[in-house]
Amino acid sequence: MRYFGKKNTALTAGILISAVLFAVMLIGVFYTPYESSKMNGAEKFMAPCARHLMGTDNFGRDIFSRVLEGLGTTFFVAVSVTLFGSLFGVLLGAITGYFGGILDEILMRMNDALVAFPSILLALVFISILGNKVYQIILALGIIFIPSFARIVRGEFIRQKELDYVKSARLMGAGHFRIMFFHILPNTLPALLSAITVGFNNAVLAEAGMSYLGIGVQPPDASLGRMLAEAQGYLFSAPWYALYPGVVIILLILGFSLINEGLGA
Amino acid sequence: MKQTRCYKVCRLLFAAGLLAITLCGCTGDKLGNGQGTSVSVDDSTTQAEPKKGGSVVVGIQQDLDSLDPHMADAAGTSEVLFNIFEGLVKPDKDGNLIPAVASKYEISEDGMTYTFTLRDGITFHSGEPVTIDDVIYSVNRCAGKLEGQEAPLVSAYSVISQVNRLDDHTVELVLENGDTELIGYLTAAIIPKDYEKQKEAPVGTGPFRFVSYSPQHSFVMEAYDGYWQKGLPYLDKVEFRIVANTDSAMLELKGGSIDLYPYLTSDQARELSGQMEVLVGTSNLVQALFLNNAEKPFDDVRVRQALACLVNPQEIMDMVADGYGTEIGSNMFPAFGLYYLESTKDLYEPDVDRAKALLLEAGYPDGFDMTITVPSNYQFHVDTAQVIVEELKQANIRAKINLVEWGTWLSDVYRGKQYQSTVVGLDSDLAPKDLLDRYHSTARNNFVSFSDEEYDRVLEEAMASIDGAEKVEKYQRLQQILAENAASVYIQDPAKLVAIKKDLSGYEFYPVYVLDMAMIYYK
Repeated sequence: MRYFGKKNTALTAGILISAVLFAVMLIGVFYTPYESSKMNGAEKFMAPCARHLMGTDNFGRDIFSRVLEGLGTTFFVAVSVTLFGSLFGVLLGAITGYFGGILDEILMRMNDALVAFPSILLALVFISILGNKVYQIILALGIIFIPSFARIVRGEFIRQKELDYVKSARLMGAGHFRIMFFHILPNTLPALLSAITVGFNNAVLAEAGMSYLGIGVQPPDASLGRMLAEAQGYLFSAPWYALYPGVVIILLILGFSLINEGLGA
Repeated sequence: MKQTRCYKVCRLLFAAGLLAITLCGCTGDKLGNGQGTSVSVDDSTTQAEPKKGGSVVVGIQQDLDSLDPHMADAAGTSEVLFNIFEGLVKPDKDGNLIPAVASKYEISEDGMTYTFTLRDGITFHSGEPVTIDDVIYSVNRCAGKLEGQEAPLVSAYSVISQVNRLDDHTVELVLENGDTELIGYLTAAIIPKDYEKQKEAPVGTGPFRFVSYSPQHSFVMEAYDGYWQKGLPYLDKVEFRIVANTDSAMLELKGGSIDLYPYLTSDQARELSGQMEVLVGTSNLVQALFLNNAEKPFDDVRVRQALACLVNPQEIMDMVADGYGTEIGSNMFPAFGLYYLESTKDLYEPDVDRAKALLLEAGYPDGFDMTITVPSNYQFHVDTAQVIVEELKQANIRAKINLVEWGTWLSDVYRGKQYQSTVVGLDSDLAPKDLLDRYHSTARNNFVSFSDEEYDRVLEEAMASIDGAEKVEKYQRLQQILAENAASVYIQDPAKLVAIKKDLSGYEFYPVYVLDMAMIYYK
């Protein structure tokens, strides 16, 4: 509860933005004004108006509906990637940080090796091996996101395992598993939460970046990055096409960045 | 502390706001130019006196698959190499074959022997004169008659049984059976005998000579001053730059780093029309949703016909190209004139009920899942595929698009036949056979794996025939068979929208897929 003290503006604003986007995304799952891939040759490149809140694209598809669907895709990918990365990151970090020794050395050097590659390049390699589908992208990005979580958790574990409360727990006969996940892990939460918000943002950008490069979500499915890529050719003739997906990405990132700021306070 | 935080929040929000404003601001003044300006039609060329010199950067959509003219498969490669190499004859802009390396030729009445006279004084880019031995070597190489060769490099050359040297200037090709169409293939490059480095540093007789090639980036050539057509080419230097996709080409066009780009989308044409000259012609391609006839469910003719009833070429042209383009119904386009059978395009009118009935008959009452593999560098085909996905939904056919790199497309889809369906355009040499012989059940390039006994028979008859009227009739019959069997879903001969810098002139549309840089000049 200590995060919700008096007047944490950043946190409040962040939660507000993220909650609104989340709500919009949820609505989008059940209802979109138009079918997101429905084409209409008579309504190509319509500027934003009452019928099409965000205008239409080069196929006459409703951009608002596509942004809703794209937001859903992006959210889904980002949440899954963060979950995957943090789950394995926590496991790895906890084991290596708590036990240390030769296992720590081996796993952490593998970790370093993974970090040494530019992430987009690594993602490309994984995609070309695994294939070009949403679940494969989640897996690829998830693997790439493991090291960042593992490092933070490992650091926390190394610091915490020398503290008195751990020692007393050990004296009282608690097993390793219990100490690791019931005693130490809750105490790493502040660091972990901030890593998760940053990780989520990175995942959003990674998904958008990959779809933008044409290796993420395949057309005609919508994703925010894919929409930006498609809108690029019409930047001057139909600016709303690029504007709305772009703004939504900015808001998504902004919301979580603010939450991160607020947590750090 | 609180103040800094507040400040940071404000700063972030301000930055986001600023971005939105900048984007809006950009459009405000550009929008006016882009809209309402009509696209100018060709013919506006050739008034000004051609000037010699200057260099031009041309944007191309794909990397070259080989610099060896006999090895290249991709249309986009022959389009570029057209400027470096010449055959015994070469196509002109009206679709005639004009003598090139040969100064004249004769075809015997029965179509059994072709006699070529070597052009006097013609030289390779190396400066060496072209000898009759080079011609014989090149023809033999295409025909697969050199030592160690297993198959002809140009399959049409397999009818050549003997290449006879009559004297130092004359060569005679003797065919196994009469074939008056072979002349359309004798555009294949004449290259120096025993020159081993054709793949790295190509040498030919064309108006331009090779300078350098960096894979994935550019192909540079310069004027060859010993070219046999005096006064050509006008330009000193031409660089073909490989652009990642149409969008980045657009940015480069706007930025001025590309002077000529022949593959605009209609939207881009509209947007560029104030800034650059936009010419409209035909691509001379067969664009189709090609179906792998060997793969389920497309091994069933009823399923293929159902797809043909669902895909509406007019809707695709309206959606993707603002209505530009010519609807086709078989594997041929109107540039072939007499041979082209126009009625095939009316064989399958858009009819959802008929499609559903056909699917029911074929045992797919609830539709099926399918994958359309599309080369990602061709936005036009990607867009077409997106429209097709929507159209197929009407009969509950769930199509997914799989974007692949051009190289992957060539190796997996075209050569490997590992695909279910694909959207792409096929080009052609100046011989109707070139578009139709790939559907012979044993053809190496039969990538749709079409197989029909009657087709094979009629094709063989057509190729053996030397009577013009009979040939026309047989080729039309072949188109009819392809359409009736819905070998694939034929869509259109796409319009070709060319962006060219306003001070350049001389661009010509060819009935074949080439980019003739020799005629282009600065006004």
